[in-house]
Amino acid sequence: MTLLSIRDLAIALPVGADRIYAAQNINFDLAAGEILCIVGESGSGKSMSANAVMGLLPEGVKPVKGNITFDGREILGLSEAEMLPLRGGRISMIFQEPLSALNPLMRVGAQIAEVFEAHGALSKSERRDRALKLLEEVGIPDPQAAIRAYPFQLSGGQRQRVMIAMALALEPDILIADEPTTALDVTTQAQILKLIEDLRKSRGMAVIFITHDFGVVADIADRVIVMQKGEIVETGTADEVLLKPQHAYTRALIDAIPRLVQRVDTEADQGKPLLTVENLEKTFSTGAGSLFGKRRVVKAVQNVSFELFAGETIGIVGESGSGKSTVGRCIVRLLDPDAGRVLMDGVDISHLAGAELRDQRRKLQMIFQDPYSSLNPRARVSRILTEGLIAFGTSKDAAHAKACELLEMVGLDASAMKRFPHEFSGGQRQRIGIARALALDPSIIIADEAVSALDVSIQAQVLDLLAELKTRLNLSMLFITHDLRVAARICDRIIVMQKGKIVEAGPVSKVLHDPDSAYTRSLLDAIPGQEYERALALAEAEV
Amino acid sequence: MARTDLNTRTGADSVIRFILGRLVKAVFILLAILVFNFLLIHAAPGDPAAVMAGEAGAADEKFLADLRTRFGLDQPLYVQLFIYIKGAVQFDLGYSFRQQMSVAEMIGDRLPATLLLTGVAFVLSLVLGVAAGVAASARQGRWGDTIISTFALLFYATPLFWVALMATLVFSVWLGWLPGFGYSTIGANYTGMAHVLDVAKHLVLPASTLGLFFMAIYMRMTRASMLEVSRLDFVKTARAKGLKRGVIQRRHILRNALLPVITLAGLQAGQIFGGAILTETVFAWPGIGRLMFEAINQRDYNVILGVFYISAAMVLLFNLITDVVYVIVDPRIRLTT
Repeated sequence: MTLLSIRDLAIALPVGADRIYAAQNINFDLAAGEILCIVGESGSGKSMSANAVMGLLPEGVKPVKGNITFDGREILGLSEAEMLPLRGGRISMIFQEPLSALNPLMRVGAQIAEVFEAHGALSKSERRDRALKLLEEVGIPDPQAAIRAYPFQLSGGQRQRVMIAMALALEPDILIADEPTTALDVTTQAQILKLIEDLRKSRGMAVIFITHDFGVVADIADRVIVMQKGEIVETGTADEVLLKPQHAYTRALIDAIPRLVQRVDTEADQGKPLLTVENLEKTFSTGAGSLFGKRRVVKAVQNVSFELFAGETIGIVGESGSGKSTVGRCIVRLLDPDAGRVLMDGVDISHLAGAELRDQRRKLQMIFQDPYSSLNPRARVSRILTEGLIAFGTSKDAAHAKACELLEMVGLDASAMKRFPHEFSGGQRQRIGIARALALDPSIIIADEAVSALDVSIQAQVLDLLAELKTRLNLSMLFITHDLRVAARICDRIIVMQKGKIVEAGPVSKVLHDPDSAYTRSLLDAIPGQEYERALALAEAEV
Repeated sequence: MARTDLNTRTGADSVIRFILGRLVKAVFILLAILVFNFLLIHAAPGDPAAVMAGEAGAADEKFLADLRTRFGLDQPLYVQLFIYIKGAVQFDLGYSFRQQMSVAEMIGDRLPATLLLTGVAFVLSLVLGVAAGVAASARQGRWGDTIISTFALLFYATPLFWVALMATLVFSVWLGWLPGFGYSTIGANYTGMAHVLDVAKHLVLPASTLGLFFMAIYMRMTRASMLEVSRLDFVKTARAKGLKRGVIQRRHILRNALLPVITLAGLQAGQIFGGAILTETVFAWPGIGRLMFEAINQRDYNVILGVFYISAAMVLLFNLITDVVYVIVDPRIRLTT
């Protein structure tokens, strides 16, 4: 039975945007109990199409053509008042970033109970009981405590469970999930995907699942829609689209999925290590801000040691809170380690200060996760790229020439020099971030989740760029990531961290295909789309 | 960082801890202010004994020496400072040579009037400012927004004393609706409810003049903050739940939008004391603002020092109150500090 049917939908962007329609010629049906995945890169119009169903388009964005029929009734163009009973009642929604999607000042229980209140359901005390039941159903560890918690007290996965509980409150017919697992660790992602799958089965609920990750699609989709630049380029059952993609764009997206392919280990020349980290320790304590505050101590990094050789890439892999970023920050001295040594060409930089530190620092440069917030929004690209050079005494003209060279190296045009960061896409910005890191001719690059904020296809391009630059400039790299697939693609050796400690370290093929620790195994098992990868490899072998 | 243990203490104990901590800090700040003011006054040229003796018409050395001994001015500076601080912590702020009265007593007489004026003006500016800000944000870009914003800006841009004078002229002199000066009707000797009403009538003009000036700041801040919060993700979540616009405005947007307004209110509390000096002078309001104005004119050092000290204490108190409010409103601060 068709529950939702969209015909010839066109959504107009405000005048002056880079194109007229956010989405057009959108046609699809959704059956009860079905999981439909809408796949595409950012800007493909996938979220807009889903938001239009809820009547929740951003200011200035309007549907201008077409029909949306829900349960036999036209809902496009309904008034705000007529939409209210549908929202949260029969169609509900969850979002990408569960922390910002929850009100920071309201207790979790109150935010769930609010759904019943909005729809005039249940009495006050019943609402609380139902909220508790819902939290139990979505698998929150201690529902009694969680119901009284504020969102910031929960972990990312718990927050997303709260969002799901809220969305399920009135047993909707359709759940729209807009990139619900993109901000989560792989293990948490796997749990949330399983939860959505289970709920679909137990409640017969239809799901529109928006994602850019084909691995996720392979794990849960019944049917798939692929969108590019506001239009649907391919639709079909999951098997059709995933194994026999017709459109070139779909094939490109599938090719871009990082895979855990078996790789031949390249032996780096084991001469003298470039960077030696010995027994690094870092402890954070919070709550010591006032005279009477209680201290809470987190051992972020405990006894971490490794060596990085010239031309080698080491991946530091772990979930959020594993301490992997803290290791990177301690090495470049954005944080001061509590104990241990960091030897760079035999010099311990963990206790240097002033001019000596500055001098060593130019050999170690960092690329950050978020290409939006890591570039000064008020500085032109020219300033971003030349600032470091000029600080180290290069003349303005020479710095400018070098910056143009760098831009070319990362695949951008020299005209970019005069522009501001916001004029670039996420992938382009990350290229600028790479150019900035390379400006001082470092010997080591520390990339902290450098591709995690990017779409899969852009991710692949940036990874290729990094690999190419590494060979060309004979760089060594520390690649910090939560994504084993990404690490597999670029690293020679992998260090797996958990709760501040190294649990496993070794060559990439060993760690990824024959791990020693149970923790590494659990991380590997959580990678989405593994069955699909095997099926795809089989299909490719047949051809 | 992932928190697997669900720590859901209510935070009452941490609020108390927070207040205690801030009180301890406040004592040290007050001491520092006391020392700084004292040294500042003594660094200024001129000898109070010489000034007094000059005004008394007697300038012989013995009289000067007598005065110095009487007021402790012959002691080394650090001894004087020690004596002053010792007195100040017991609320003895010295003696006004001019008025022949204890400074603490003078301030004690005047403080209630100032607290009444600044307190009412503070609440008025905050309530009106937030209300106007909410109203303006709901009408963003339309004529309602423009009108509210223009009026607020007008009050903010006009000098406080001029608004005060005009208000007196219009409402007191021309229309005769409200008294234009003083704290109560002189000679009427009202008691009970009649006295309260009389003071309230006298309060209207000074409090609203002072309040309207500060209202503009809260209005701008509330408006900007409301618009910013309304773009956040959780507002979309609230809409996706099917909540009505009014509920979303109140429960989700306003509460979050008030956080920066509270911070601002804490900072503005000090400004409002400064504004009170002008307002009290124009409206002949018998508060410490006017006391300070007169003391500066007459170089009555102990009174100036005393008023500085008390107003610093008041500003710290206001700041503490806003911080406590902030901590109560925002669980992220309450439960992590």
